[in-house]
Amino acid sequence: MNRVVDALAPAALILLLLAGWEVACRLTGVPAYFLPPPSKVMLAAASGLTVLVPAAWNTLSVALVALVLAAGAALALALLVGLSPLLERAVRPLASALQVTPVVAVAPLILIWVGIDHPERAVIALAVLVAFFPIFSGTVTGLRSADPDLERLFDLYGASRLQRVLRLRLPAAVPFLMEGLKVGAGLAIIGAVVAEFAAGSGGVRGLAWQILDAGNKLQTDRMIAALVVLAVMGVAVHAGLERLERTGLRWWRGR
Amino acid sequence: MSPTAALQDVEVDYRGRGRALGPLSLTIEAGEIVALVGPSGCGKSTALRLLAGLEPATRGQVHRAVGRGETSVVFQAPTLAPWMSAAANVALPLELAGTPRLEARARAAEALVQVGLAEVGESRPAQLSGGMAMRASLARALVTRPRLLMLDEPFAALDEITRRTLADDVLHLWSETRPAIVFVTHNVEEAAYMASRIVVLTRGPGRIAGEVRVDAPLPRPPGFRAKPVFAEAAEAVSALLAAGSEAVA
Repeated sequence: MNRVVDALAPAALILLLLAGWEVACRLTGVPAYFLPPPSKVMLAAASGLTVLVPAAWNTLSVALVALVLAAGAALALALLVGLSPLLERAVRPLASALQVTPVVAVAPLILIWVGIDHPERAVIALAVLVAFFPIFSGTVTGLRSADPDLERLFDLYGASRLQRVLRLRLPAAVPFLMEGLKVGAGLAIIGAVVAEFAAGSGGVRGLAWQILDAGNKLQTDRMIAALVVLAVMGVAVHAGLERLERTGLRWWRGR
Repeated sequence: MSPTAALQDVEVDYRGRGRALGPLSLTIEAGEIVALVGPSGCGKSTALRLLAGLEPATRGQVHRAVGRGETSVVFQAPTLAPWMSAAANVALPLELAGTPRLEARARAAEALVQVGLAEVGESRPAQLSGGMAMRASLARALVTRPRLLMLDEPFAALDEITRRTLADDVLHLWSETRPAIVFVTHNVEEAAYMASRIVVLTRGPGRIAGEVRVDAPLPRPPGFRAKPVFAEAAEAVSALLAAGSEAVA
């Protein structure tokens, strides 16, 4: 019984808020271009579904491609850095500097470099840029997370550097890598959306462009509908990755 | 016969912490079981790592008559890799040394039988109880057939019954191949039960406070804990420990 109540609580809250919103719109008569009632948003979402779903897929596929590219690059660089402490010391400050630079600020530059003929490549590049760091720093941390006594054991039995990386450090880093991938995937979606905004021209027709386009036409109901689709997509991706991470951890730990 | 390993006037300083151990001289003869007993922070584990060749001495000399593959260490925790099965963990030292995978696995299976874990080879460490994990760790140490076996407070985290069973098991395993064993403990009874020679260290930086020999057969006969020789050894060790703590305090 309690479980049912727990599961229903968030849905009840959402319904309550929507009802309040609907009533407030009708009572105050606020113009629809300023704040449309949820019923209008729902209508806009229903009639725009044929546009919104491909747009969502567009944004999602960009984020996924970016995630794969970022994961490959981050893993390779983390391994290199993990093998050489000197290289790590050299890379760290540069990496942090790039990490704290907001992606919106870098976007125009990337658009000039790769986006003039291929705006979709620029969007992917920007999403890669933001997804890279959590995976990279997670892996670097993970590569150093092995039990010091296990490291001693590898010393004791005269393990080579390659054996140490492949048989100890890399497997020890797996949970950190999975956490990095989860965070990176969330950031890749954010990166893709921000990059679409920055590209702005309609060359890339993802969800962000839908929001932008509807905003230009003062179709607030379409804007909110696109926003809702974006939120639902984000929640779904996050939930999927969380489940994947839990399964992965269970496999790694054997329990 | 030349000693298996020896420390000669060794001192170890840790940066920022000062002297951790020494000056200390200690000789481990082939096939003997030596317990290192001392208060926390006296450098017992450091002495063990010196003997294992895992750490250099700041001053003094470390002699080791055994090669790398002939030394094994069992740490305080089981220290098994969680992503590998128990059998794979036990086979690891052999595989690192280049033993073909199949042969390594076969010998790992034998070692698991030796420590009474024949059934759980495919289990992951997280599925084993504390005592079973410690046994797997012991099997990993024995799989290379070491001439020098180091145990660093191996049973500290286990309950009394499990520790007693494991103590007997270690002695029986010892009687099969007779490696030299050095084990660190702060449990006086455990030291008196398992060792033929007990070396007591003073409070840190550890020096030798004294030595107690236990003249009784190994492995121990049943009811050994009720024998006078056991009680006398435990008393002597306790007295040395007390004296060693006062000397510095």
